[in-house]
Amino acid sequence: MTAIQILFYLFSTIAILSALMVVASTNPVRGVLSLVLTFFAMAGIWLLLHAEFLALILVLVYVGAVMTLFLFVVMMLRVNVASMREGFVRYLPFGIVLSLVIVGLIVVAIGPKQFGLTSMPIPPTKDINYNNLAELGMVLYTQYAYPFEIAAVLLLAAIVAAISLTHRKPHQRKIQNIGKQITVKRADRVRLIAMPSVKKMNVSDKPSGETS
Amino acid sequence: MMNFTPPLYSAALPEIFLLCMASAALLIDVCLKERYQIITYIFVQLSLVAAFLLVMSQYHDYPSSIITFSGHYVVDKLAILTKLFVLVASFFAFVYARQYIKERHIARGEYYTLGLFAVMGMLIMASASSFLTIYLGLELLSLSLYAMVALQKNSGVASEAAMKYFVTGALASGLLLYGISMLYGITGSIEISTLGTVLQSGLHQDKVVMLALIFILSGLLFKLGAVPFHMWVPDVYDGAPTSVTLFIASAPKIASFCILMRVLVQAMPMMNATWSLVLAAAAILSMFAGNLLAIAQTNIKRMLAYSSIAHMGYALLGVLAGPASTTGYSAAMFYITTYVIVAAGAFAIIALLSKQGIELDQLEDYRGLNARNPWLAFMMLLLMFSMAGIPPTVGFFAKLGLLEALVEAHYVWLAALALLFAIIGAYYYLRIVMLMYFEEPHETLMEHRITIAPGIMAAVTLNGIAALALGLLPSALIDMCRLSLG
Repeated sequence: MTAIQILFYLFSTIAILSALMVVASTNPVRGVLSLVLTFFAMAGIWLLLHAEFLALILVLVYVGAVMTLFLFVVMMLRVNVASMREGFVRYLPFGIVLSLVIVGLIVVAIGPKQFGLTSMPIPPTKDINYNNLAELGMVLYTQYAYPFEIAAVLLLAAIVAAISLTHRKPHQRKIQNIGKQITVKRADRVRLIAMPSVKKMNVSDKPSGETS
Repeated sequence: MMNFTPPLYSAALPEIFLLCMASAALLIDVCLKERYQIITYIFVQLSLVAAFLLVMSQYHDYPSSIITFSGHYVVDKLAILTKLFVLVASFFAFVYARQYIKERHIARGEYYTLGLFAVMGMLIMASASSFLTIYLGLELLSLSLYAMVALQKNSGVASEAAMKYFVTGALASGLLLYGISMLYGITGSIEISTLGTVLQSGLHQDKVVMLALIFILSGLLFKLGAVPFHMWVPDVYDGAPTSVTLFIASAPKIASFCILMRVLVQAMPMMNATWSLVLAAAAILSMFAGNLLAIAQTNIKRMLAYSSIAHMGYALLGVLAGPASTTGYSAAMFYITTYVIVAAGAFAIIALLSKQGIELDQLEDYRGLNARNPWLAFMMLLLMFSMAGIPPTVGFFAKLGLLEALVEAHYVWLAALALLFAIIGAYYYLRIVMLMYFEEPHETLMEHRITIAPGIMAAVTLNGIAALALGLLPSALIDMCRLSLG
C-alpha cells in the first residue's frame, strides 16, 4: 500500500464517519462542527486528486466563511431536541431498509467492476509546469462562461429571495424622521390638563415613581 | 493553448434581455414609492412581451438547430416553442396575480422580480444542451419558486408549504446531481449531444448508465410532480398563495417537460427500453393515485393538485409511446400545453373568487356559482370539461392524441387503463359543474358580490374560450408541437 492509498483511506474514513456524525448527533452545534470535519477530509481527498486550488477554496469558503456563519445561526436558534427525536424509532426500520437498498444499488453501479483500473485507466501525470489555477481560469471564463453567468444570476436571485423573506415593511422598523422631529409643535408633545387641587399627602408614604 | 470559439451571443438574446430587464426591475422597484408599484408590474409584463417577440424572431432566424456557448446552449424548434409557451403562461400568471397579492399585502415588487428570475430559469432550461445548464436553470427556477411560496409572510400555511417544497426539492436536486455525476464518470462529458453519441457507441458499464438514468428520472419526475415523487404537490398547491399555485402549475411544467425530452430522447435514446418501463410505472401510479385521491378532497386547490398529478401521468404516457410511434412526443407536448392553459384558468378563477383575506377554496364555496356570476361559472364549466376530456373542449383532443399514439406503439392495455382512469377522473370534475349549476348558493355567500376588474375578466374569458377554441380548431397547435418534436 502506497502512502497515497493510506492517505486516501484515512481521509475517506474520516469523511464518512464525520458525515454520519452530522446526521446522528442531537446537538446542532456538534453537527455543524462534524460537517466542518467532513469538508476538511474532502479537501484532503481533492488534494490527492491534484485539485489543489479547489481543495483550498473548499477550506477557505466553506469552512472559513459559510460554516462559520452557519454556526452563528445554529447557535442563535433554539432547537427543540425532544421534538427532533420524535418519530425516530418509528421511521427507523423504513429508513434502514431504504438506505440499504440505495447503498446496495450504488455498490453494484460504481463498484470496482465498473470503475476499476481496467475500465478507467489512471490519467497521465501532468508535467511539472502544470498550473491547476490557470487551467481552471482558462475554462471558467471561456467554455463555461454561460453556466458561470447563470450561477451568478442564481446568487442574485438568492439574495433577492433572502432579503424579501426577511425584510419587514418600513412602518415596522424604528427609524428616525428628522424632518418630523424639527417641525414638531409644542401642542403635539405637551398636554395641559386642569385638575382640581387636592391636599398633598405625605411624600414618604408614596412610591417614589409617582411623586413627580 | 486551448481552442475556443467565441459564442454566438445573438442566439441567447432572450435570456440576456430578460437578465437585463430583471436587474432593471429590481432597481426600478427600489426607487418607487409603494403606490407607484404598478410601474414594476407594467415593466415586468412589457419585458415578457418583448422577450416573446425576440423568441418569435428567432423562430425564423434559426431554421436549423444551433449549439453554441461551447455546447451549453442550443436553439432549436423545441427550445423556441417551449420558450414561447412559457412566456405566454407566465404573462397570464402575473396578470392574475396582481389583484390577489395586492389584497394580501404580499411584497409586490419582489413578487414580480422573483417571477422574472423564475421565467429566466425556465428559458435557460428550455435551451439547455448540457446537464450543467439544465441543473442551473432548474435551480434558478426552483429557488425563485420557493421564495414566492413563502412571500405571504403572515401565513403559517404558506411558510410550511415553502419549507416542505424546499426540503423535498433539495433532495430531488441531489438525486439529479448524483445521476449526472455518474454519467459524467463513465462518459467524461455532460453535453447532451456528446452523451448521446458516446452512449450510442455502446459502453460496457450499462449498469451505471441505468442507475444514473433512474436517479436523473427521479429528479425530473419530482419537478413534474408524478408519483412516486408527488408528495409535495398537494401540500404546496394548497398552502401557497393561489397566484403562486397558478404559476407553479403552469409554466414550469412545460419547461420540465422540455428537459425530460432532452435527457430521455436526445441524450439517452438507446436506453428507451429502460425508461419506457420506468415511465409506464410512474404514469400508471400517477393516474391511479391522482384521480382516486382527488375524489376524496373537499378543498378545490387540493383537488386540482391531485388532478395535476394525474395529468402528468397522462403526459408521461405520450413520452413512453414516443419511440415506437410517430406522434407520441408531440401528443405529450400538446397535452402538457393544453393542460397548462386549462389549469391556469381554473386557478385564476379560484384566486378571483377569494375575497379580501378570505380564501374561498372549499368545494362548497362553488355551490350555485351560476346564480352569482353566470359568466364565471360558464368559464369554469369549459375548463372542467376540458380537464375531464369532454368534447368539444381541447382536453378531449389532447387525450385522443395520446390514446392514438399509445395504440400505434402497441400499448393497447395502457390506453385502456388511461381511458378507465379518465372516466374515474371525470367524476370529480363534473361534480364541480353540478355544484355550480344545479345547487343553490349558501345565503352567506349570496351577500358577497363577485367584483372583478374588466381586464382580469377578459383574461379569464380568453383562457376559458381558448379551452373551447383550441378544441374546435386544434390543428395549428398540434402542427406546432409536431414541428418542434418531429
